[in-house]
Amino acid sequence: MSTAVPVAQRAGDDEAIAARKRAMALLAHALAPEMAEPIDRLWPRHAARDLKPIETGLVMLRGRIGGDGAPFNVGEATVTRAIVELPSGERGYAHILGRDAGRARLAAILDALWQRPEARPDVKKAVLAPIAARIAADKAKSRAETAATRVDFFTVVRGEDDA
Amino acid sequence: MTALAFTDPVFESQAVFRRIMRAMAAPGTIFHCGETLAPPAPLEPAAAAALLTLADFETPLWIAPSFAGAVAAYLTFHTGAPLAPAPAAAAFALVDLAGDGLRLERFALGSAEYPDRSTTVVAQAASFGEGPALKLAGPGVAGEAELRAAPLPDDFLAQWRANRGGFPLGVDLILAAGAKLACLPRSVVLFGEAD
Repeated sequence: MSTAVPVAQRAGDDEAIAARKRAMALLAHALAPEMAEPIDRLWPRHAARDLKPIETGLVMLRGRIGGDGAPFNVGEATVTRAIVELPSGERGYAHILGRDAGRARLAAILDALWQRPEARPDVKKAVLAPIAARIAADKAKSRAETAATRVDFFTVVRGEDDA
Repeated sequence: MTALAFTDPVFESQAVFRRIMRAMAAPGTIFHCGETLAPPAPLEPAAAAALLTLADFETPLWIAPSFAGAVAAYLTFHTGAPLAPAPAAAAFALVDLAGDGLRLERFALGSAEYPDRSTTVVAQAASFGEGPALKLAGPGVAGEAELRAAPLPDDFLAQWRANRGGFPLGVDLILAAGAKLACLPRSVVLFGEAD
């Protein structure tokens, strides 16, 4: 089979796995235009095809209280999954919260492109960096809005009833 | 390039499941199955359809040496099934009758508490309608039925008698060739033309 071994499957390649995880985490929060515009501009002929139909389903979210509690099922979340393959063999995977098939497919295409060594710098520069900046700005904005309504409570020290 | 599976997984696998259920209920009857699939060689559409429908992440799949490589990659990718280390650890097995032969006693027979935990063997034959006739009797067969599939092992009837002898334990067999399949559940009684 000519399928390239995806980066994350190579044994001992922890650094690559962590880097790909970070990229996928950003893509999961990306808006459709943030992914579609760079793809159309830089890789108009990516020719990715869907290996499985894009599907929406439920995943069980697990959680634990504190760092060491017993795991329990928090609830189910709707996710949409896309798996694409580039003609050169890279497989891109994406799971996106919600039902947006278009976003899932774009994220999967970018995950596949990220695995191409020659495309990775462009993916980082043109796609991941702007998304990270936008997310950081959104967070800073909501933090600033929250800070404006902040109230500090303090307790006046009472004199002891010793007189 | 990875080959594609069902284009509409929910409805197509339900349709195939329905056909396998009918085939199990009417042993020896040939059903069309998986016509739309184009699995990697040497896997053929009916065997592919059966495994794409039945196998999932909870069912260890044992794949005989004839199907190692592209076929194993295709099935594990599309079903998410883990590969079983040995035939006796498998919920489903895929064998090629011509390339691998068939040894029913190597597979899981289930236990007295859980006879359902046996292996369902998908055996890919070269064709139906050739080879010595198998006469069928038992549940689901009105009177007597006949099935021909080639190439079956020479001692297939003896193997089946042993498999039938352990009832309610035993393996169930799905014979597939091209885009057709027929089932031999463990409850069916087989005998040859001479018997």
